[in-house]
Amino acid sequence: MKAFLLATLRMSVPYLLAASAGVVSERSGVINFALEGFMLVAAFVTALVALATDNLWLGALAGVLGGALYALGYYGLAARFRANQVLLGIAFNMAAIGITRFALKLSYDSASNSPRVAAEATLWPLVVLALAAVAWLVSRSRFAVRLTAAGDHPPALLAQGLSPTRVRATALMLGGALCGLAGATLVTSQHQFTDSMTAGRGYIAVAAVVFGGWRLVPVLLVCVLFAAAEVLDFELQAANVFAPQIAQMLPYVVCLLALGLRRTTHRAPLALGE
Amino acid sequence: MSAAAKSAAVLLVLFAITLVWRMPSSNEGAQAEFSVGLVFDVGGLGDKSFNDSAYLGLMRAKKELQIGTTTIEPGDGSDRAAALRMLAASGAGMVIGVGFIFTDDVLQVAGDYPKVAFVCLDMAVRDGQALPANVLGLKFKEEQGSFLAGVFAALVSQTKHVGFVGGMDIPLIHKFSAGYRAGVMAQCADCRVDVLFAGATPHAFKDPGKGREMALSQYQSGADIIFHAAGSTGLGVFQAAREQKRLAIGVDADQTSEAPEVVATSMVKRIDTAVFDAIARAKSRAFKGGVVSLGLKEDGLELARNATNAKFFTEERVAVLDAYRRKIVDGAIEVPSHD
Repeated sequence: MKAFLLATLRMSVPYLLAASAGVVSERSGVINFALEGFMLVAAFVTALVALATDNLWLGALAGVLGGALYALGYYGLAARFRANQVLLGIAFNMAAIGITRFALKLSYDSASNSPRVAAEATLWPLVVLALAAVAWLVSRSRFAVRLTAAGDHPPALLAQGLSPTRVRATALMLGGALCGLAGATLVTSQHQFTDSMTAGRGYIAVAAVVFGGWRLVPVLLVCVLFAAAEVLDFELQAANVFAPQIAQMLPYVVCLLALGLRRTTHRAPLALGE
Repeated sequence: MSAAAKSAAVLLVLFAITLVWRMPSSNEGAQAEFSVGLVFDVGGLGDKSFNDSAYLGLMRAKKELQIGTTTIEPGDGSDRAAALRMLAASGAGMVIGVGFIFTDDVLQVAGDYPKVAFVCLDMAVRDGQALPANVLGLKFKEEQGSFLAGVFAALVSQTKHVGFVGGMDIPLIHKFSAGYRAGVMAQCADCRVDVLFAGATPHAFKDPGKGREMALSQYQSGADIIFHAAGSTGLGVFQAAREQKRLAIGVDADQTSEAPEVVATSMVKRIDTAVFDAIARAKSRAFKGGVVSLGLKEDGLELARNATNAKFFTEERVAVLDAYRRKIVDGAIEVPSHD
């Protein structure tokens, strides 16, 4: 049981961080389909800097910054050109795959993985801190009020002499930084970058944001639930109770059930994607 | 959306696509009369596995047989059939698709270019299935190599408990798991074999995070050696082996260099030899279509031995492994290819 819970916690870390990034950015009124891309770019930057400096902490810091910058680029295009945010998200995810693969080849002459990072870093205290900070930011801070205004009714901000664009840019950078931390944890636990190592976690996080109704706590619960179902999938496969295909369906079925059983009193931010 | 915004979005998507699909790189030999085109699998050149092995065979052919070569690396989701078609249309005598993913594409394009020889590695066809005269489907009897990996694992394991981590849950990977299980059981009937698959989508081959968790759960329940057939998901297995100070068995290529301290051996598919042989035959006009399965008999598979892992190959163990190998080659042991 202890092993199960620990495995669930480890598996849920990238989901928790990416999904909270999704909550922060979407609450500001910007559709964020690019969580996967933010994470992947940050993971590569983490490995690159960690290998160059032989320090995984510096790598993680660079990854967080890299994620924030990539996210800022995303919002820059969304705001400046008013590009369709769903399309833009897909483009940023694809570009992240291409950019990291290209950089991997350039830096380490491999299409598969970077060399091994020998250095160690324990990021989980940072993860706990980041999640606590987000929880405070989206509920009790002055920023929370502005975030909701930017997401639901931007003119209210303008009336206060505040810029919705600035609030959204801040929210996106914060989201990018959270995804950056998620990418950094992937590299820290693997001690290397491997091609497309985010493996769809960003998309699961996007789904969790919608399932959880854009509220942080339910969203995080969905993430933990999904991770638990993934770990349960190994256990069931090992126990050989039924066909592995059924076990592999489990995470998705659990989420669909959770969604179906939830009373839908919450809605998307009103100005989402405008 | 304004026109400017639309064009910005279109440009971004195009940019992303060009990044994912890179241009063909031509290595045309100066006076090459016979030219071979090769299209890589999703992993692309530098995957330290399947693609690199095919490339090695191609380069050996270029050097020893003086052929011209052209290679294309399509990215995820790009049009493989178009890449094959482009090479066939540009005058290549032989076009090779690396990976089962080319099965349908090769059959489709081969019909339009009857004079070009097509090769599909790991082709998803049945033994003895009829193919067009210009198509060679190369398959490997992975179950036979995996059987030896299983015998090896049983010989090395001290806990009498071994593991298997597969990538995507497809028949190809079940050939590995079935052969492995049979090998373990043949050598050690009271050993326990745990089998896990990472998932049901192609992500399952690229998820080291999940690979690590699966391996940790097997190691923590007592397994002391794990064989993986899971692409870069297997790198997570190596990471778990390091953390738990246990052993692992690599796949496709000799993976010792990825984790010298934990990789006890690798089940190597000699894709390089297969590619070279196919090109040599085509060049001497002896190309023959059909399905060809390479097993231990044809030296298509082997357990990797090198200076680092020599300590695992004691005389005694080598004798046991050789005995099983001979029995499989002679047909005395029939290795199952599915569980």
